[in-house]
Amino acid sequence: MAKHSITATVNGDEVEFTCQPEQTLLDVLRGELQLTGTKNGCGTGDCGACTVILNGCAINACLVLGAELERAEIETIEGMAKGGELHPLQQKFLDHAALQCGICTPGILNMAKALLETNPDPTETEVRFGLAGNLCRCTGYDKIVRAVMDAAAEMRAPGT
Amino acid sequence: MNEVSKKRAGSNYRWVGNNTPRPDGVDKVTGRARYGDDMILAGMLHAKILRSPHAHAKIISIDTSAAEALKGVKAVLTSEAIPDHPMAKPPYAPIINDFHDISRNVMAREKVLYDGHAVAAVAATTEAIARKAVKLINVEYEALPHVLDPFEGAQSDAPLLHTDQYTDGTDPMTSKPSNVFRTISGERGDVDKGFAEADEVVEREFRSQPVHQGYIEPMACVVNTSEDGNVELWTSTQGHFVARTLLSNLLNIEMAKIRVTASEIGGGFGGKTTIYAEPVAVRLSQMTSRPVRMAMTRSEVFRATGPTVGSVCRIKMGVKKDGTITAGAADIWYQAGAFKGSPIGRAVDTFFSPYNFENMKAIGYDVCVNRPKAAAYRAPGAPMAAFATEGVLNELAIKIGMDPIELRLKNAVKDGDESLMGTKHGHIGLIEVLEQAKNHPHYAAALGKNQGRGFAVGYWLHGGGLSSASLNLHDDGTLSLATGNPDIGGSRSSMRVMAAEELGIDVELIKPIIADTGSLGFSYLTAGSRTTYATGMAVINATREIIEKLRELAARKWDISVEDVKWDSGQAVPSDAHKGEIKPLSFKELAGMAMKMGGPVAGHSEINASGPGAAFCAQLVDVEVDPETGFVSTKRHTVFQDVGRAISPDYVEGQMQGAAVQGIGWALNEEYIYNDQGRLQNTGFLDYRMPVASDVPMIDAVLIEVPNPNHPYGVRGVGEPPLVSAPAAVANAVENAIGMTMSSLPLSPPKVLKAIESGSTH
Repeated sequence: MAKHSITATVNGDEVEFTCQPEQTLLDVLRGELQLTGTKNGCGTGDCGACTVILNGCAINACLVLGAELERAEIETIEGMAKGGELHPLQQKFLDHAALQCGICTPGILNMAKALLETNPDPTETEVRFGLAGNLCRCTGYDKIVRAVMDAAAEMRAPGT
Repeated sequence: MNEVSKKRAGSNYRWVGNNTPRPDGVDKVTGRARYGDDMILAGMLHAKILRSPHAHAKIISIDTSAAEALKGVKAVLTSEAIPDHPMAKPPYAPIINDFHDISRNVMAREKVLYDGHAVAAVAATTEAIARKAVKLINVEYEALPHVLDPFEGAQSDAPLLHTDQYTDGTDPMTSKPSNVFRTISGERGDVDKGFAEADEVVEREFRSQPVHQGYIEPMACVVNTSEDGNVELWTSTQGHFVARTLLSNLLNIEMAKIRVTASEIGGGFGGKTTIYAEPVAVRLSQMTSRPVRMAMTRSEVFRATGPTVGSVCRIKMGVKKDGTITAGAADIWYQAGAFKGSPIGRAVDTFFSPYNFENMKAIGYDVCVNRPKAAAYRAPGAPMAAFATEGVLNELAIKIGMDPIELRLKNAVKDGDESLMGTKHGHIGLIEVLEQAKNHPHYAAALGKNQGRGFAVGYWLHGGGLSSASLNLHDDGTLSLATGNPDIGGSRSSMRVMAAEELGIDVELIKPIIADTGSLGFSYLTAGSRTTYATGMAVINATREIIEKLRELAARKWDISVEDVKWDSGQAVPSDAHKGEIKPLSFKELAGMAMKMGGPVAGHSEINASGPGAAFCAQLVDVEVDPETGFVSTKRHTVFQDVGRAISPDYVEGQMQGAAVQGIGWALNEEYIYNDQGRLQNTGFLDYRMPVASDVPMIDAVLIEVPNPNHPYGVRGVGEPPLVSAPAAVANAVENAIGMTMSSLPLSPPKVLKAIESGSTH
């Protein structure tokens, strides 16, 4: 079957790629663009490891087709740190030891970033429900929730 | 220099016991860290496996011709491409690597033994072509009756998985083939006499279902072989040295020709301690002379990689009115899955080990059934046994009207007591754990409506074993530290903390890495809660070797005897006899001198770390049960653990919190569900529901430090003990909330609702 030719923006850069009709955004990121920071945990939208930000919304990259991405704006974990500075969420995940194996971390960071953009001052419950689509098997979520709330507080603080 | 690391009050250590920056942290929050499926090689082929739809069937024929004819397919293999091996013979080791079984598990030979069993594999230029090709392979099966339950599997009329397997450990050995591979038992005192002395006796049957480790990263590897017989393997594993040994033996390849590099590992919990796809990928690479990538889907992970064992347990315990335990007896049947090797020895050792009483016996049955071969899962074999013991103790405490923690305190093991399997406890901290739990505000907090509080204790004998470490000093005063244990939960951090503590230098001068199998001595698995203990000791030895060499260097420079050079806080210092005449040399100065005064300085150590010890963990859990639906939610959860000494407290807490939530999942939600044809029904995270963030509360971790005298810093294994008591504590909380016994995990809403409505689970 003929491949689709797509032009999109990934982490601010214009990219062109071709993909088969059945290839997902996850396949495109990892396979065609070799951006392997986006992880594949299930391929069925149940674990959140492939969460990226598509046109401002956090989505599972395994549930979006590559062919749908013409002129799309995609943000992946590789674009989260800017100018040699970690994003406050990335820094707080390190400060709070909010990761062990780290495989769920890129997806959770993207989901948390999207959450804080719509709700800059979430309660613990709101953080927990906001991250409920992202599985972590190592941490028991405790330190992740603390890291997100601490990052939110820092991002709300004036002058930052 | 590190803001994060604040020295703990009362500690003499600069780094040990303090939180330090994580060496692999930045890579993991920026997407740089490379896991099993993140290695891309030029010309790489993609491999897929065809799996059995049958629980038990004879393979009559396999026709691969249509798959081979598909454009883009480069190789197709069946079990003919995997060498066969003779069966292992008794006496058997506690952990059996029988290559007869491993060969058949990686690729079915005469029969398929479970839904998901590999029967053929394809390597093709794209993953899509490989997927298409496996569907073109035509396998003719003759379906056979199957068995899933371990107790049923142990009966003499059960469908037989292996016609050449006889039961070991019975006297005499069985004369007819059996699904029971072996029994392991222990006995001391006279249990009949003990039960006769009891005022209250409880006898119950407990069941638990297989649960999967649930690591978020599916198994994945990339293999590159060359025409001269060399094999390079990149894989997500808990032990690349063990993977090399298994591959070498299975595929008859010399060890030195196999170089395995451990990728970053996206969780393991025991599940990545063996090989599945690796030998198939190696053979496909050999057949095509191309790199081959093999990544499992989540469904394949559930169907074909080992979950933990399911269990049936019959247990009886007796106590006097004053709380003295008089006797305990337990029988437990474990589902080994399709091939032998379930952790029954650990079950036998777990039942009564937290308690010191005279009359006890336990027996475990290792039973083959038509399920994927069970693998280790975080304290393999122990949580199911603790679920039974702690459930009975919960009931006995109520019967004699005694506080459940007091009941445990009354019988708790102390230094010098011996476990049923003959482990004599060294310096242990169970009493301290129990006292902390008893005095914690959680224990006194009021409970709300429909709420219950559960308490349980768990015991785990953590591992020691084979470890290697190598430390290279650079002339700018920095060091590279290589160990051979994949880092799952922050071990690189702990390794360099111990090295920095020994040297008396800043922790960030040391860069820790995980060396490949060609670069370092053998290192056993990252498993058994052994890494910080055993590999940590190798690191300490290697560091001390460097200190010796730097003292010698200073002695040469000063022209004094090496005995007159001390190592103190990161510098070589002359002894009192030379004080005043010689200025100390800093670590950095010595590093800069080394190349000019004798040569490179390195330290290395290869050890078999003996003397590991017992670690105890208790948990307090509050749950609320919805009487309308039977839904259970966890409201408060506190974990109390003797951690020996926490090298990196944040990561120790993380182990305890993570295990607690795994225990909540095990107790309330997770199970393998099969249909009547023996096909697994819940092969994805939607239906195999692990706890998500909104299911659980914050988990309070109380670190209790009773140093292990066998380790220079007092380390005990910390990863596994907190799972041992977690399912039991949650189950006891549910029992206490609804006032009824609950003996079959998981305590899913329909089961709990049924218990509430019927007034009994029996």
